This record gives sequence, C-alpha cells and structure tokens, in this order.
Amino acid sequence: MASAAQSRIKSISYAKYGYMFVAPFFLVYCFFQIWPLIYTFILSFKGNQANNAQFVGLDNYSQILFGTGSSAGASAVHEEFARALGNTFVLWFGNFIPQILLSLLLAVWFTDAKVKLPGKGFFKIVMYMPNIITAASVAALYVNLFGDSKYYFVNATLMKMGMIAEPIQFVAGETASKVMVMFIQTWLWFGNTMIMLMSGIMGISPSLFEAADIDGANSTQQFFNITLPLLQPIMVYTLVTSMIGGLQMFDLPYLYHNGANFSKQLETVAVYIYYNFNKGTVDQANYGYAGAASIVIFAITAILGSITFYMNRDKDAIAKKKQRKKAEKQMKAKMKQGGLSI
Amino acid sequence: MSTKSQYGEAKDNYHQKLMAKSIAILVVCIILTLICLVPIYILIVNSTHSSNDLAQNPSRFFFGPHLGDNFKTLMNNLPDDAGKAAKRVAAQYSSAFSLGKGYLNSLIIAGFSTLLTVFFSAMTAYGLTVYEFKLNSAAYTFIIGVMMIPVQVSSAGFVRFMYSLDLINSFIPLIIPAIAAPAVIFFMVSYMKSSFPLEIVEAARIDGCTELRTFVTIAIPMMKPAIAVQAIFAFVANWNNYYTQNMILKNADYATVPIMVSKVLAFDKNVDNGVNYLCITLSILPIVVVYFILSKFIIAGVALGGVKE
Repeated sequence: MASAAQSRIKSISYAKYGYMFVAPFFLVYCFFQIWPLIYTFILSFKGNQANNAQFVGLDNYSQILFGTGSSAGASAVHEEFARALGNTFVLWFGNFIPQILLSLLLAVWFTDAKVKLPGKGFFKIVMYMPNIITAASVAALYVNLFGDSKYYFVNATLMKMGMIAEPIQFVAGETASKVMVMFIQTWLWFGNTMIMLMSGIMGISPSLFEAADIDGANSTQQFFNITLPLLQPIMVYTLVTSMIGGLQMFDLPYLYHNGANFSKQLETVAVYIYYNFNKGTVDQANYGYAGAASIVIFAITAILGSITFYMNRDKDAIAKKKQRKKAEKQMKAKMKQGGLSI
Repeated sequence: MSTKSQYGEAKDNYHQKLMAKSIAILVVCIILTLICLVPIYILIVNSTHSSNDLAQNPSRFFFGPHLGDNFKTLMNNLPDDAGKAAKRVAAQYSSAFSLGKGYLNSLIIAGFSTLLTVFFSAMTAYGLTVYEFKLNSAAYTFIIGVMMIPVQVSSAGFVRFMYSLDLINSFIPLIIPAIAAPAVIFFMVSYMKSSFPLEIVEAARIDGCTELRTFVTIAIPMMKPAIAVQAIFAFVANWNNYYTQNMILKNADYATVPIMVSKVLAFDKNVDNGVNYLCITLSILPIVVVYFILSKFIIAGVALGGVKE
C-alpha cells in the first residue's frame, strides 16, 4: 500500500521549497523596482543639477506644487508642472470618453445574438491591431501623414477635395495637436477596451436577456437595465486602469512633434518627469523635480488603485463572513445565558 | 385569413427591423475597419514613392515604382553617379536607421526578456499555489498590490542607480528586471488555481521526483496555454518599449527599432519623405505580420485578461 509512503511525504515540510520558488521574483523586484522607488523618494528631497547631493527637504515639492521655495524660478517650475498635470488630464479625458462609448457600443453589438453580423472575427482582429503597433512608430506615422504644410498627405488630400483652403496645423497647432493625440490614443485603445468589455458582457447569464425579451424589453432598455449594471465591476476596472495608463502617457505626446524637441502643449506628467531626469549628464539633470513629480504620481496611483481594490472586493464573501461572525456571537451569548436551549 | 396576415406582418416587421439594424452595424464596422487600416495602407503606399513625387503630389493612393530606390538610400547603397545631396541624405538615414543592428538589438532584448518573464513568473506562480508557507498569502497580496505601479514612478531613481552601477548602454537593465513581472504572475496563479491538479505534484513526489524537476518537466508543459499567451504579450511589450530603452541605451550602436524611428522623426535637415515612410513601414511590418498570424490567439488572450476578477 502507498499509504505509508503517502503519510511519510505528508510529514515532510515543503515550506522551504516555496520560499525557493518565489525568491528570484522578490530579489529582482527589490533590486530593480523597490530600491529605485526608494531612491526616487530620496532624490525628491535632494537638489537639482549641480546641487544633486544637497539635502533640501520639501523644497522640490513646494516648488512644483505651489510655486514657492528657494529657487528664483519656482513659479515657472510650478507653472510647467501644473500645465503638464492639466495636459495629462485633458488628453486622458479626451480619449477615454470616446473610447469607452465606442467600445461599449461595439461590445454590445458584437455580443447581441439576434444581430447577424458577417465577419465578426475579422472586425475584432482589425480593430485590435493598432494596439500592438509600436507607439513610437504610430507617432511617426501620424506626424508624416498629418504634417502641417500642404506637402503632407492629409492636408494635401483635403485641399484637393476642396474641404479646406489653408493647411491645418495638425502637429504644431495648440488645439489641433491635442485633438490628434486624443484621436490616436482612441485609435490605439478602443479595440482592446472593446474585447475586455465583450468578455464582461458574455459573462452575464443569457437567461436574463431572454427573460427581458419575453417581457418585451427593447434593446435600449436591456442595455440600461441589465448590461450596464452587471458590467459595473469591469467598467470600474477599465476606468481605473485607463486612468493609471493615462498618467503614464508618454511615447505619443513625447514623439508627436516637428523637429528635435517635444511640443510643450502636449507635455504630460510622464514627459515632464522624463525630460527633467534625462537632461544630459547627472549634473545637468533635475533629479529633484523629477523625483518629487514621480512621488506625486505614485500617490495618485495608490489612491486610484485602492479605489478599484475596494470596489472590486468580493462583496458576497464579506457578507458571509459578517453573518458567520454574528452567528458565532449569538451562539456565545446563548452559551453564557446557560447552556444550549435546544 | 385576417389573423394569419396580422401575425405575418408583425413577424416581417421584426425581421425588417433586425435586418436594418444589422446593416447599420455592418456599415459602422466597415468604417472603423477602414479607419484602422487606411493609415497603414497609405504608409506602405508612400514608402514606394520618391520624395520628389511625394512633393509634387502628396495625396497618392496607389503604389509607385521607387521602393528599390528608397531601400538603396536607406542602406547607403547609392550608385557612384548619385548627387552630393542624395549621398548626404543616404548617409544620414543609414547611420540613424541601421536595419540589421537595430532588429538584432530589439530581438535580443525582447527575446531574452520574454523567456525570463514567462519562466520566472511560472516558477513564482507555482511556488505560490503548490507550497504552503508562512508568508504565502503575504507574498501574493504584495504581488497584487504592486501590479499597478507605473514604471515612470521609479524611473528617475532607476536611471541614477544604473549610472552608479555603470550599466548605461547595457542590455542588463532591460533584460534582468523582466524576471519580476507581477501582472504575469497574477495571471498564471489564476490559471494554475483553475486548471492545475495538485495531486500530480504528490504523485511525482511518491515517484521520487525532485521539486525543481516536477516544476520543469510536469508543471511547465501543463501550463503551456498560459505561458504562450503571456509570452506573446511580453514579447510585444518589450519590442515596443521606447521609454526604458531610450533612457538606458544612449549609444547609437545599441539603438533598438523604436529608438531608430524616433531618431528618423527628429531629422530637420535632408529629409526624404519616401525613405521616412519606408523606415516606419519597416518598423511596424514584422509585428503586424506576426499579429495577423497569431491574431486569434491574441484576441483570446486579451479576452482572458478582461475577466480578471
């Protein structure tokens, strides 16, 4: 019988193997992620450029957040950071709203069993495609197609069709370039969001839709009364990951420009951080500002992350736990009163 | 007669409405498909035109005859009788966008990162699901907690740290950190919980198999579907990663594909639009081709990622 061997194996502790298997992850994560994060935190309390070894306390924070502090140009530093934060929010909002509406509409259509749509698989594949293309190449592609003069494809075509008289400044223009970045972001991400929402909708029990059909609910009513409420967890998840992704928006705003320098009107927080710590040598770079901005972003991310965690925790499990505790308490109370009264 | 026609009418009406809806949806889908594909098509078309042709008429929808010439300029392989200006253009492009070297660098970084990511993530996930140890749930909570931290947050410290270790212009800071991929571990843990029977580990132990061997020869083959999906996403993410690569690789010899594209984009003198388009085409074509081959797989993977809860 194997029982002897089995019980012997059960008596051996395998805990040390558990530690061995997870050790590489934690070693590498601490070395390449946790320590750099702590180091960024330390750098945020140190000076900029040649003063990078000097401890300056909260000076960087007060400069980027409030425009007060030791540096003469503190208000300019604050203005730039505030503009970057504003740009990040505007660009994120301007791509998230069209993206979620479009994705939701497509996801509902694609999962509707009554609609006979040929080539559903093909549409999904093509709509997801922009998402896998290198963002740097996407920026280069759009700069070359939407160039500011009449020598570029879109302006030339629009002028030929007589829709515009003068070329539009799609790349250098203040508003037009922002709208373009929003459009390209939507172009890049709507397929991804659509597929995520589709798998969410397919998780809803089809009997709910059948029952609604029999009760005579039309598709609009079904959408607002069944799909949307049951899709809430995945919508919150999409919203928060998109917000965190928006805070990281870098490649496109950084590379969508003419010539050698990035456009100020597209400067996001990620571009701000990168530009400040990547200026030439260590003695020329602003590690202090970059560090302080990073920690501000970290705080925002942490808040957003805990919101999703809170919204998405298993409500049933928590309710059950509470109930069990309550039952236990009642039992104990009864025991105290003098034995079980059964 | 009358009742029959009444029902018939209602049914026809229903079908007509559905038909109309389906056609409307189809039209919207076709428009979106065009929006997705036309920029890529125009890009490829324009890379077959010369800069002069594009200057005369930038709005071209059909292929031209100059793909070979653009390639010659990009490879700095012009005939001897070419003008000085053309040679200057060719020298500029070939030094910024070196086909062989750039692809090799990208391939090395993306390939090794992908291998490390899937192997070590599978290993960590295995450790967390198979073994019971004191810090097990704490470790898993930690991994979920750090999953959403953006790279930008620690990059200032990361770069300064790499400067102090003298690892700028090295592939090490781009490859080794791939060992720690919290999101991939999270995915693999949920995969293992749903489709990896722990009895197999016990059976292997009774047969005298060591723990590491059990993992490599039994668990990894059983996790193949999860590993394949994550390998594709890891490869694409590393191939496309401009941010980290650009802050570590300063020397032109180590430039990867996204870095080369950004260099071409920054030219403000001696620009040749045809060659510009060719560079961009070459940078996206491999990944688009691979995507269309593996597309069904990738779409299924994205859908899996969506049901994380």
